[in-house]
Amino acid sequence: MAISPPLGREALARRLEAAFDVEFTFHKVDHLVEILAPLERDTQDFILGWVERIASTNIQVSYEFTRRVVEALDRLDRRVIEAWAVHAMDTYDSRGLRPALEVLFKVDDFLAHAHAHAAGAFFDEVKTVLANFLCGLSGRRLELKSGEQPYTDSEKLFLPNVTAGMESEADNFLLCKAQVAFMWAQTRFGSCRTDFDTVFAGFADPARALSIFQALDGLRLEICLAHELPGLWRDMQTLSARHGDAALPPPWQALAQALAARPEAPETALALLNDAYPLDPPACRIYQAALHPQAIAEMRNARMAREKMLLRVKLAQLAEEHRENPEAQIPPADAAKKPAQFEARQEGQGWELTLDDQPIAPPVDVNQLLTSVLLDWGEIPPEMLTAAGDGEYDPALYEEKEKNPDDVWQGTYHEEGAHLYPEWDHARQHYRKNWCVLREIDLKPGASGYVDGVIEKYQGLVKHLRRTFEAMRDESRLLKRQAQGDDVDIDALVEALADAGDGREMSDQLFMHMHRTDRSLAVMFMVDMSGSTRGWINDAEREALVMLCESLETLGDRYAIYGFSGQTRKRCEIYRIKTFEQPYDAATKARIAGIVPQDYTRMGAAIRHLAKLLNGVDAKTKLLITLSDGKPDDYFDVYRGAYGIEDTRQALFEARRSGVHPFCITIDREAKEYLPYMYGHANWVEIDDVKKLPLKVADIYRRLTT
Amino acid sequence: MDSPRPPAESHFITQEPYYERVGTEVELFDAAYANGLPILLKGPTGCGKTRFMEYMAWRLKRPLITVSCHDDLTTSDLVGRYLVKGGETIWVDGPLTRAVRAGGICYLDEIVEARKDTMVVIHPLADDRRMMPIEKLGQLLQAPREFCLAISYNPGYQSVLKELKQSTRQRFVALSFDYPKAELEAKIIRHETGLDEAATAKLLKLAEMTRNLKGNGLEEGASTRLLVHAGKLIAQGIDARAACEGAVSLALTDDDDMIAAVNELIAALF
Repeated sequence: MAISPPLGREALARRLEAAFDVEFTFHKVDHLVEILAPLERDTQDFILGWVERIASTNIQVSYEFTRRVVEALDRLDRRVIEAWAVHAMDTYDSRGLRPALEVLFKVDDFLAHAHAHAAGAFFDEVKTVLANFLCGLSGRRLELKSGEQPYTDSEKLFLPNVTAGMESEADNFLLCKAQVAFMWAQTRFGSCRTDFDTVFAGFADPARALSIFQALDGLRLEICLAHELPGLWRDMQTLSARHGDAALPPPWQALAQALAARPEAPETALALLNDAYPLDPPACRIYQAALHPQAIAEMRNARMAREKMLLRVKLAQLAEEHRENPEAQIPPADAAKKPAQFEARQEGQGWELTLDDQPIAPPVDVNQLLTSVLLDWGEIPPEMLTAAGDGEYDPALYEEKEKNPDDVWQGTYHEEGAHLYPEWDHARQHYRKNWCVLREIDLKPGASGYVDGVIEKYQGLVKHLRRTFEAMRDESRLLKRQAQGDDVDIDALVEALADAGDGREMSDQLFMHMHRTDRSLAVMFMVDMSGSTRGWINDAEREALVMLCESLETLGDRYAIYGFSGQTRKRCEIYRIKTFEQPYDAATKARIAGIVPQDYTRMGAAIRHLAKLLNGVDAKTKLLITLSDGKPDDYFDVYRGAYGIEDTRQALFEARRSGVHPFCITIDREAKEYLPYMYGHANWVEIDDVKKLPLKVADIYRRLTT
Repeated sequence: MDSPRPPAESHFITQEPYYERVGTEVELFDAAYANGLPILLKGPTGCGKTRFMEYMAWRLKRPLITVSCHDDLTTSDLVGRYLVKGGETIWVDGPLTRAVRAGGICYLDEIVEARKDTMVVIHPLADDRRMMPIEKLGQLLQAPREFCLAISYNPGYQSVLKELKQSTRQRFVALSFDYPKAELEAKIIRHETGLDEAATAKLLKLAEMTRNLKGNGLEEGASTRLLVHAGKLIAQGIDARAACEGAVSLALTDDDDMIAAVNELIAALF
């Protein structure tokens, strides 16, 4: 392909003026044109592309970006510029204009971190792998979070957003992994068990004592890691050498040898604290994580109290189950008197419990609790193995509360307990991270007699549908003239013998085979509950759902019905009408009656959420059917128009990639213009008359699934 | 009762298979066999169910006929069918019928995978009637004393479709299998692969780590069988990391993130 000539000054000025909306913003583009003009076409296109993409988010950000990118062009490679631009837009999304501009103003800061962005390990990228890695390492279930610096509070491990201590990308990932392993060792080998306040109070300078202890403990953990994870330990040493960490001074080497005697107990490090106190602490190794006594202590105290209660309550349940078991020969009168006393013994990674000299295999959660308690206390204190008495503890103290989605809107706004979904910004050609806040809400039931009324109204149709779907249900049929099968096909055999008698070749298709089709199908209906459905559309939707439920109950397919609506990205709502588990009973019928128009249609988030739910179901074929009355749209927002269509398209694309087949049934007359683009040519159907919706939907479903 | 015909030689196990007893399963099997009770083996994949059956067949000196069940396995596949040969229909016994006639052990592996209608032929065989109706021949076969029916299933599957019905399961003496305890598993791996203690210990640690991931992205942890595979590769001179990646991480899952995580665990150990 021939290289296109660079754009001229006029063309450049036109593009920039259009991007910056110069008519209204009065941004000067002359000097930008001057700098861009001499560049090659390829570079011009690259910059203009980003200018326009950012301008779709915010013109001011885009203008500032352009002013600086031309200066930085020779210093930054394109990958870094892209990262810079995306970072600025993400900042704009999450924190607003000023911080975003700051990202751009501090181009030199960014340059200094350019290495970090080019070769660094990003938390988001390493999180999944390392979280699984951590889960594999055993011990207490730990969470991986992003934080300012690597440290652990004994329940969460924090890693910085970007780790760039090493030269290459691979080494930086390794560094993250080493830090995670080191922090895991801190929780696993008792560093977090230390009572820091008491220990350091005895020293003239507690801060110094802490740093000495940290050094000692670091050495101890290294010995543990070398023993537990020899492969990683080799890598850690290589990392440390490559980073140029100073060698251990001789007195510390001696201490390390002393620690090797019993490295798995933190007391070994504490015992040497006095000896080491006068020494200067050695430089930290690159993979060592800081110790935050305050954070650890707070977490630990809360956890110890909670887990003590939880363990004793769980043991009480266990004892009750055990004693109800007729094989356990304990006179119940005796058992009722005093609380059950267990004994616990560690057995490999698991635990073995003994109650009244009888072994009991503890369930997984009790196993986890015992492990966690052991890590905090260093042993299982006997009083914790006494089952809790009736009403000894208030359940509210140890049970994890599920938040009522309605409460979220009372008082100050927060996103706790909600699902966060990204949204595709087509102008930016990038996702907006954690953009939509989605909640599942139970639908308020409507009139109880509604469904019966509908069935009565469409009595003939219901009967017809039931018959049609019944015919579909039994799809087993006898296939004749098969090459293989359960039984001989006598007709075929007679013919074949006759053929053979005539001297013709005998067919080998002489068997019958019973063909059975298992309908392994799960279908999710996503019902538009936007304000525009008010009136007869809503009525038709509800009636269509009743027809569907009646048909599907006959057929036996698994199905769920959810409604969706919302207002702005901060309030996407999914209404539970019927989950896969719920039966089609009076309560479900009442919920169908209770479908009322709400607000707007931000479809992307709803599709992402429902596709996720659908993917949790075990079925060969998964269908996501949308009942809708129009384009995606949201309150006073860019979601109207191309943005919404593109995001919905992207969400559907994601769904399809995960194995869900999306389909859309619409009553929008203009659907032809955008639905094929979103759903693909064959995956939508337009119903021209709303009143026909109830008649058609079940029929469409039948066609779809046969 | 007819005396059993001499069974096919090929189904006899002549060499003692390597099997480590975990508990009282051998005695239980012996007793159940002596009383003509059918046996149900439960346990995750690769924990030694099939090996145990081979061992018992060798111990009892009976032929072993193993049928791996699949979702298209029909009654005819078990009982037998007519085939057309040279213009004539001839009856061919299925594996279950052969085992009944020969007084052998019929082992139906992963029984829940088979079609539900296969249970119909198993039921009369599995209670005190010990009979097998062959509908197409109009025969009712009485199983000889030596015949034994064993089935296996993996209760770990979460699918509701793959559960054994009460009417089926309550006919069997059940033996539960799980991954052996660490020391025993180490012994098995050492015996099967010839690896030294240090390498075996690392493999075991890896197994433990993957079993920690069960339910957190992995459907199952690494089974003893996978460990043996990895061990054999290592003993063959393959680099330990490569061996474990091939035999463990890639065998466990297709999920890229999960493979990466298991590989990181492997790299941390070897």
